[in-house]
Amino acid sequence: MTTQTEQSAPLNRGALGVPKPRVSRRRSAVVHPRLRGGLFGLAGLVLLALIWELYKTLGPADGVVLGGITVLPRTTDLAMPHLAVMAERLFDPVTGAASALPLWQAVLQGSLFTLGIAAVGWLVGVTVGLALALLMQRFRLAESAILPWIILSQTVPLIAIAPLVRRWGAQIQFGEFTWESWMSVALIASYLAFFPVSIGALRGLASPDANHVDLMHCYAVGWWKTLWRLRLPTSVGYLLPALRLAAVSAVVGSVVAEVSIGLRGGIGRLIVEYAGAAGNDPGKPWAPIFGSILVGLVAAGFVGLIGLFLRRFRRGEVA
Amino acid sequence: MTDTLNVPGGDVPGGDVPGGDVPAVDVPAVNVHGVSRIFAAGKGPGVTALDDVSLDVAPGEFVSLIGPSGCGKSTLLRLIADLDVPTSGSIEVFGKPARQARIDQDYGIAFQQAGLLPWRTVAGNIELPLELHGVGKAARRGRAAELIALVGLSDFAAHYPDQLSGGMQQRVAIARALAESPSLLLMDEPFGALDEMTRERMQNELVRICAETQAAVVFVTHSIPEAVFLSNRVVVLEPRPGRIRSIVGVGLGDMSGRGEDLREDEGFFRSLSEVRDLLHGDPDSSGTGLPTGVVPKTGARGVETR
Ligand SMILES: Nc1ncnc2c1ncn2[C@@H]1O[C@H](COP(=O)(O)OP(=O)(O)O)[C@@H](O)[C@H]1O
Ligand SMILES: [Mg+2]
Repeated sequence: MTTQTEQSAPLNRGALGVPKPRVSRRRSAVVHPRLRGGLFGLAGLVLLALIWELYKTLGPADGVVLGGITVLPRTTDLAMPHLAVMAERLFDPVTGAASALPLWQAVLQGSLFTLGIAAVGWLVGVTVGLALALLMQRFRLAESAILPWIILSQTVPLIAIAPLVRRWGAQIQFGEFTWESWMSVALIASYLAFFPVSIGALRGLASPDANHVDLMHCYAVGWWKTLWRLRLPTSVGYLLPALRLAAVSAVVGSVVAEVSIGLRGGIGRLIVEYAGAAGNDPGKPWAPIFGSILVGLVAAGFVGLIGLFLRRFRRGEVA
Repeated sequence: MTDTLNVPGGDVPGGDVPGGDVPAVDVPAVNVHGVSRIFAAGKGPGVTALDDVSLDVAPGEFVSLIGPSGCGKSTLLRLIADLDVPTSGSIEVFGKPARQARIDQDYGIAFQQAGLLPWRTVAGNIELPLELHGVGKAARRGRAAELIALVGLSDFAAHYPDQLSGGMQQRVAIARALAESPSLLLMDEPFGALDEMTRERMQNELVRICAETQAAVVFVTHSIPEAVFLSNRVVVLEPRPGRIRSIVGVGLGDMSGRGEDLREDEGFFRSLSEVRDLLHGDPDSSGTGLPTGVVPKTGARGVETR
């Protein structure tokens, strides 16, 4: 908060009129770390690439084996293709067929498909997570009734629920609406996404100072107004990391669920499909892996954008 | 009652304020009658924070609650604000039950921590109660500007709380408490976290603001000079159980006549020593954590009063 010197600063009107240099300094200090963060991230990538290439040239072809266990991978072109090979492969057609798309284009299409499903899953998950958190905040009883189940829900393995969701979905049909496979995938993604949101939001909604809660009580405003004016703004600091985690979970959930449900068209399917080609085309399986990383980055970036809009509500944390 | 209480923008205060310490109106601003508050403590008998306390505050009157920490000052204030309910006894604010008075927004409140919302600007914080109670945008703007001028922060309307010093934050909190022109102000050690110099400035400003608004004030403090300088009456509380030991009428005259020079006034020092003697009167409590702001026993007094 404020330091001792600030408090004892002269308070007469004349002195107050002097603009404080602190403000502008703070502004520029906000930009710098973000830029620095990006640079560090880039440096990390370069370092990773360097290590990969360095190990590939210097490491033993059969990998490092200690007491019968392989601790470091083999460095053959099949096991660890050069980065350049992976990159070049992106611009060749997917298969030998004349009509085949370039690999990067196929992967990009798959990425967009998965991103769309993950986005739906994320939206549903965030909505459900927020609703549960609000319910638990509003009613004490709800918290003790629901919270254990929320935590328990995450111990069920994804592989176990995927076929269940699919089977149930197949039975849903009313009027025009029929349940499609991609909805099952989105549902599973939301199953992973709602968890961090509900926990983060619950903590965030409970985070206002007693002082501020008292003040709202003095103003004789109801639960909804207190929620909107106080609890939601204070929970932004808890909510943003939860939303980011949910976004990443939704992407991972979509990819895995595509595989276990057998949905075509997304990154998950491509990963499985191209893995088969590893034997004679070592660059190919890496393409959908990069694709899924791209999807994750876009998802996280989107949440970052939300954070930018909600910057104002994180002021207290900066001080 | 309320129509006399609107705050002038920054006009010269009260030449036409009715004389005397307290306007004569029959309904007291605060009526505390036989109030006890016992906090349940596990299996034990509980903590008696207040024991059979009775107190009247007249409209426009400035009353300070003083006593060592733990004597129930905050508890009493919270009861008046209906942030807590008494175990027994009754509290009326302007003739209504405390709960109704809170719902009707009859009081404004300020705590030791300024408690500003960090994501709102100075103006936004002052507008908060108005906004919550459905006052239109233009009216809100105007009122906030008026109050910002009143507490001398006109250049800082668009600043955020983390860009302000502690004293400035506290002024914003006071302006916010005044936003709806309450006829009663409740303040719990609002200057407690400030250094001595800032504190005296803030006291001077509070005196000026009170003269302008004509609101009744219940002011919790543990500084003797602060209580004496500000108040019409000083209520001295004693701890365990919290009771009123005595009430000292200060009689330093009308708020509008109080200025810096009052601190050198003979009546000021007489009241100061009276309150101090009362606080130290009980040999048991003389050792308890008494005020940090207490004037040294001989020094200041011997020099200043001549
Ligand atoms: N919420 C509470 N629960 C239990 N005991 C409390 C609570 N609030 C205050 N007390 C007790 O009541 C007594 C008076 O407290 P308080 O009114 O805060 O004193 P003061 O403001 O004069 O320092 C203290 O002994 C304190 O421990
Ligand atoms: Mg207190």
